[in-house]
Amino acid sequence: MRRGILALVIVVGVVGASTAALWWLNVRDESTTTTQATPTPASIATGAYLARIGNCAGCHTRRGGAPFAGGRGIPTPFGTVYASNLTPDDDTGLGRWTRDDFWRAMHNGRSRDGRLLYPAFPYPHYTEVLREDVDALFDYLRSVPAARERRRAHELRFPYDTQLALAVWRALYFRPGVYEPDRARPADWNRGAYLVRGLGHCGACHAARNPLGASPDSDTLGGGLIPMQGWYAPSLASKREAGVQDWPSGSVVALLTTGVTPRASVLGPMAEVVYASTQHLTLQDATAIATFLKSLPDPSIDTPRAAPAEPTPQQMERGRAIYDDRCAGCHGANGEGWPGQYPPLAGNRAVLLDNAANPIRAVLSGGFSPGTAGNPRPYGMPAFAPFLNDDETASVVSYVRNAWGNRASAVADWQVARLARGAVRE
Amino acid sequence: MRIVRLGVAFLSLAAFAGGAWAASPPPDTLAQRVAACTACHDDSGRRGADAYYPRIAGKPAGYLYHQLLNFKEGRRFYALMTYQVEHLPDAYLREIAEHFAALERPYVAPLATTVRPEALERGRLLVHEGDAPAKLPACTECHGRRLTGVVPAIPALVGLPRDYLIAQLNAWRSGVRRAHEPDCMADVARRLAPEDVAAIASWLATQPVLGRAEPVASRKLPLACGSVTDAAVK
Repeated sequence: MRRGILALVIVVGVVGASTAALWWLNVRDESTTTTQATPTPASIATGAYLARIGNCAGCHTRRGGAPFAGGRGIPTPFGTVYASNLTPDDDTGLGRWTRDDFWRAMHNGRSRDGRLLYPAFPYPHYTEVLREDVDALFDYLRSVPAARERRRAHELRFPYDTQLALAVWRALYFRPGVYEPDRARPADWNRGAYLVRGLGHCGACHAARNPLGASPDSDTLGGGLIPMQGWYAPSLASKREAGVQDWPSGSVVALLTTGVTPRASVLGPMAEVVYASTQHLTLQDATAIATFLKSLPDPSIDTPRAAPAEPTPQQMERGRAIYDDRCAGCHGANGEGWPGQYPPLAGNRAVLLDNAANPIRAVLSGGFSPGTAGNPRPYGMPAFAPFLNDDETASVVSYVRNAWGNRASAVADWQVARLARGAVRE
Repeated sequence: MRIVRLGVAFLSLAAFAGGAWAASPPPDTLAQRVAACTACHDDSGRRGADAYYPRIAGKPAGYLYHQLLNFKEGRRFYALMTYQVEHLPDAYLREIAEHFAALERPYVAPLATTVRPEALERGRLLVHEGDAPAKLPACTECHGRRLTGVVPAIPALVGLPRDYLIAQLNAWRSGVRRAHEPDCMADVARRLAPEDVAAIASWLATQPVLGRAEPVASRKLPLACGSVTDAAVK
């Protein structure tokens, strides 16, 4: 009997302590201070710029909807999360919010009503943003036209739809805290790191996610497959992928602000990022980001490349015939391309990534580089999904990855089929 | 030194030989920039593996521009089209629209039809006279007497295959295809019975294309149209 009571006490104690720990882990670093500052034209202008750098509108605007009014569905492996209305509408937006409420959402990932927010809203990154910048962002959002757009309930599967699951996730993977400058580094390096890790939330795509959707190593920017999109965001650290340690700073700035350089151009989800966000970077901020990215340690030095899967001779022959017929006209008979117009394919890192998703997607859906102030009339590549079957696509991609001195794993038709479904043949 | 340089030049020439342009770069023209469009949208319209890619050459510039915006802004849905245009600025989309509008290409002769003559006659009647009790205006009231469209924003209804016309009219009826509000074409399509959709499309598909889009509408339109901002409404 006494033993039973003891066991009960222990169980209650453990449950109570865990609950308290879970509670504490979810509310730590919440400030009780309030700000008295008021919006100024300068803070609104700063906020408008920061909203571009964070690409808030990218998720918080329905296609064709009012800017920042939300309603856009963000597909995740756990279900669909619907972005909220950030306009100052009283009933459906941020109309009744204060600067402190907004700070808690950005810094702590908790909503005005106390709900824990889903990390599809990238607050694990935004938590690094300084209070003054969060306030400026809020001042700007208060200045955009109010739009009435009902909040759509998320469509998540059990248990991901519960606040308890979210609390556990946050206890495991979320640490609030603003960016701590590295005193040993120059100011522009720190500015770059602050933008990349904070508002830029580059690690949201350019880092691998674990099965629970967290990217504990997002600061290493080691590359990762973007959930639900079928594109691979290459490592920004590895020279084998998209590391820019050997690039002149100006080329990094050009890629971020115009979408093209003689040696590379952006396509796919990064085209959206350049179009909506990075093309608006000031020269100073773009240069700071370049300084930071150029300093990333290259992990590929210590990791030997796995032996790539060989294409079959038939695959190479079939791929070559397709290439000569459909690709050589722009990319050259030997994959040399035309700098500024059509990227070279020989020796192109984007073609040779271990993960072949991007070259496959490029062939399937083609596409234009983003139209930017620096490149307002981009060249486009046809989508070949309507003209090539999965086997033909696999052959031509395998050929391009293994011709002219290129060497990367061959691609199988099932890999093409998996990427084509939901991407171009929906 | 010079010999080395010559050698390098020779090697590069050899490397480029066999490419479509040999040693000259692709032309810096809009046509070259939009090769991504013409791969599907050829001069006469083409049936692809997944969809019909209509001819865009010679369609009114305002109409083409609105369609590009409709894909970009979610009023029309086709994943590959949306993907092509979503990162392009509106000024470039307008330039692309004007480029294709200016192209003069011959039309292919309409295909023979197996549709019953009574259905074709019903289609012809609806196209030319509409259906007053159903509050259905004649197609010719907006799309021109010869149905070749009216510049700058109203497209031709001839020169298109029957299946494509049926698919578009039904997309208007179900709201899958939309335009700027007020969406006059959605209003019209919803007043059509399914058999009338088929009759209209069947008759239109048998008609030859008699010339280009007519100059700007002098008459008043029967309905307010968000896509046509330069014409009065009755």
